[in-house]
Amino acid sequence: MAKLPISEELIIEQFGPHSKHVPPGGWDQTDSQPDRRVKTHCCFCGQQCGIILKVKDNAIIGFDPWEAFPFNKGKLCPKGVKRYMQGSHPDRLLHPLENRRGKGYEPVSWEAAYSRVTSEIERIQSQYGKDSFAMLSGVSLSNEKSYLVGKFARVALQTANLDYNGRLCMVSAGAGNKKAFGIDRAANSWADILETDVILCAGTNVSECAPITTDYIWKARDTRGAKLIVVDPRITPIARTADLILPVRPGTDSFLFNTLLNLMIQAGDIDQAFIDAHTVGFEEVKKTVAGYTVDECEKVTGVPAQSIKTAALWWGKAKRSFLLHARGIEHHTKGVDNVLSCINMVLATGRIGKVGCGYATITGQGNGQGGREHGHKCDQLPGNRDITNPEHRQYISKVWGIDEKDLPGKGLSAQEIMNEIHAGKIRGLLSICFNPLVSLPDSGFTREALEKLEFYANIDFFMSETARYADVILPGSLHEEDEGTSTSAEGRVIRLQKSVNPPAEAKVDWEILLEIARRLGKEKYFDFKDSESMFEELRVASKGGTADYYGITYDRIEKEMGVFWPCPEIGHPGTPRLFEGGKFYYPDGKARFNVVTYKPSADAINEEYPIYLTTGRVIYHYLSGTQTRRIGFLNDQCPKPYLEIHPLLAEKYGIAEGDLVKITSRRDSVQLKARVVKTIRPDTVFVPYHWAGKQSINRLTQRALDPVSKIPEFKMSAVRIEKVVEKNL
Amino acid sequence: MSTWLEENDLFIDPQRCIGCRACEAACAECGTHRGVAMIHLEPLNRPDSVKTGPTLCMHCDDPACAAVCPADAIKRTDDGVVQSSLKPRCIGCSNCQIACPFGVPKIYPERAQMNKCDMCYDRTAIGLKPMCATVCPSEAIFFGPKSVIESQRKNKANNHFIFGRQTIRTKVHLMVDTEQKPVEMDIVNFISTTIEDSQPWVI
Repeated sequence: MAKLPISEELIIEQFGPHSKHVPPGGWDQTDSQPDRRVKTHCCFCGQQCGIILKVKDNAIIGFDPWEAFPFNKGKLCPKGVKRYMQGSHPDRLLHPLENRRGKGYEPVSWEAAYSRVTSEIERIQSQYGKDSFAMLSGVSLSNEKSYLVGKFARVALQTANLDYNGRLCMVSAGAGNKKAFGIDRAANSWADILETDVILCAGTNVSECAPITTDYIWKARDTRGAKLIVVDPRITPIARTADLILPVRPGTDSFLFNTLLNLMIQAGDIDQAFIDAHTVGFEEVKKTVAGYTVDECEKVTGVPAQSIKTAALWWGKAKRSFLLHARGIEHHTKGVDNVLSCINMVLATGRIGKVGCGYATITGQGNGQGGREHGHKCDQLPGNRDITNPEHRQYISKVWGIDEKDLPGKGLSAQEIMNEIHAGKIRGLLSICFNPLVSLPDSGFTREALEKLEFYANIDFFMSETARYADVILPGSLHEEDEGTSTSAEGRVIRLQKSVNPPAEAKVDWEILLEIARRLGKEKYFDFKDSESMFEELRVASKGGTADYYGITYDRIEKEMGVFWPCPEIGHPGTPRLFEGGKFYYPDGKARFNVVTYKPSADAINEEYPIYLTTGRVIYHYLSGTQTRRIGFLNDQCPKPYLEIHPLLAEKYGIAEGDLVKITSRRDSVQLKARVVKTIRPDTVFVPYHWAGKQSINRLTQRALDPVSKIPEFKMSAVRIEKVVEKNL
Repeated sequence: MSTWLEENDLFIDPQRCIGCRACEAACAECGTHRGVAMIHLEPLNRPDSVKTGPTLCMHCDDPACAAVCPADAIKRTDDGVVQSSLKPRCIGCSNCQIACPFGVPKIYPERAQMNKCDMCYDRTAIGLKPMCATVCPSEAIFFGPKSVIESQRKNKANNHFIFGRQTIRTKVHLMVDTEQKPVEMDIVNFISTTIEDSQPWVI
């Protein structure tokens, strides 16, 4: 049974998170010459900035900017600068561990660990059926490992229930993109941002979550006089200088975008020739948005009518435009609708697939783009193929050398897997690169679910909060300890170079999966000798799919500093800009308009819960914080979560700066210190989500999902607040 | 013939600053600083705004810190960089700290020495940009020729600072926009407050 063997305090004492401030060998070593300088990439967001790691004696002792890499040209945020500090870390898992009640985690041999894992998989599957054993994965993994996990779960575990942490990230955008364009990728490389005239950032805190992108935006503003419009309930650092700020009430985005489209149609600021030639379904959308008036929009969104009109005018009259969005509009039970309402605005103007005209979701996770293309989503096969499509199933079965009848069907999404674990239907779990106790909503529920597992094995390099519940913990590899490729937010496939070997008994992740597959009797399907051999199979598996990597090789990526997919043939130049000439990826070549009708959020505001809670990231942390909460410089800047609250709302509740505030939702409550700031809507509070335990804001968020993308509604929960009177002892 | 360092200057463009502290993080990595940043970034007034700005040595043409140093420990190179104090000479007296109009020099008591930004002289002397200007994600810190930045940005580079009757000229420039009017960034100025329902802040 997956339970904590000893108290959390004792686990933290042994496994951290502890903050590491000093590089291996101490600061004095920073002057010494490294043995090697390895050109690779940052692991901490979808931009995948180029970076040089300085290696000495199998340890990374520092970094250098990689100014020749075209995307970031040496630029880095503080996460990139300090990324190397995750190596040689005192918290690093060095041996396989077994959870012993009352004693803690005891080191065991790999033989004992493998044997326990495979016997439990076999026991649970023979007792309750194949699908009763689930796998959860993550997109901090390389393309090769993402591909391997997809194959491993379907062929070695033979379970349908495989999903990934991108379910909490890009799936609304991905689903929206597929519906509208027939393909799921940023429509442009970021170079087109430099050439644009109006930039609309919707629900994307670019300055903290994609910092290098701010320079692209500023260059367009400074050199072309481009205008910047920001849609966000908070004045983020990028919003601070925007030409127009639209601080929407959380969850009302699609009302705004439908209204903007309606105003543009009324003003004649659409490209009817493009609509007629290259799209389907505009008339229905036109009819729907006709009901979205400025006055009503002001009431629903809380944005002044004049600002709405100005946005419609600027977007409508622009010669070139670029729309960027991220989790702010996607983390909703109507996340896909929000995305589609944005895309409708783009398609109606025809400003896509041309110089300076574009659209992109900003992928948040390191390999959020590539990781979502090659098959560890519950409904997907490599090349962004559909697991329910008979032709796609046939093709992949052939590549994998299995009978199509043995290929499992569509499984459950990440939250649904946790729900089924809680319901006692899924009994066993193997996870890699996922910390659901921090990142899934309603963490009290997640904790209960984990405790119900009959067997849980976890592959990770640090003892994440979720790993603490595992029966067996297998020490895997850091980003810099393996070869591979990754695909950036732009759709650029890049090379991750191995800088050091995993320490002590830790192993490269894929070796662990290959050994489990071998012990499950599936060795012949996993004949890989290295990452490149997996990439070679991935190339073939992706061939003919929308995410076609066939023409991409390790050699090419290194020579060309990245290749943009689709790249269907050897010698194909790659595709930095999609949709040129108005060609979309439906069989008829046309894009689809999609009717979006505004719906309220799942968690209703009422007298008992009168305030909107929204959550997000800070610049210093990455996702569930497993890595960044262990890096001294980063953790020092933001060691704890806090509550952002406007002085008007604070005053009503008698809350001053630094006061402890109890925040209660329909699930749970947490207590956090107030940060009283004029940069957040006075009907909304914000809490960053990177922490576990008593102060974890995901105790309060809800498990309601978007019906299409199955993304949880992190960005809008109804809460009440009260000041906690701290007694002087 | 002018040197590379004479042809290039450092520019701070506060409107671009996103407060990420990449400059501090990278500065601290320098082999000579050993984990201590010589650039400092502060929120200017967080309750009112997310505005932030970096502070680093402005590298004055006629540096007050050097002028008041009783030990002659602070040197300015011919190519315009005001060096950190010379360890054998510095007596940790704080004169420089008091005299600097920009509040830059700092005494490190554990070393009994003043240390400050030396514009990464180890890098700039060999044709590399200072570390802060290399990593800054938004190019709020920029290193290059003045003609280049002025051709690329709407605002103007200023390196004349008037303190009372004294004008100080510096190697570091501040990008200023004289056409912008100050705006109070309280979000209430940007939202609709005319709607009766859903205003939980109303008492």
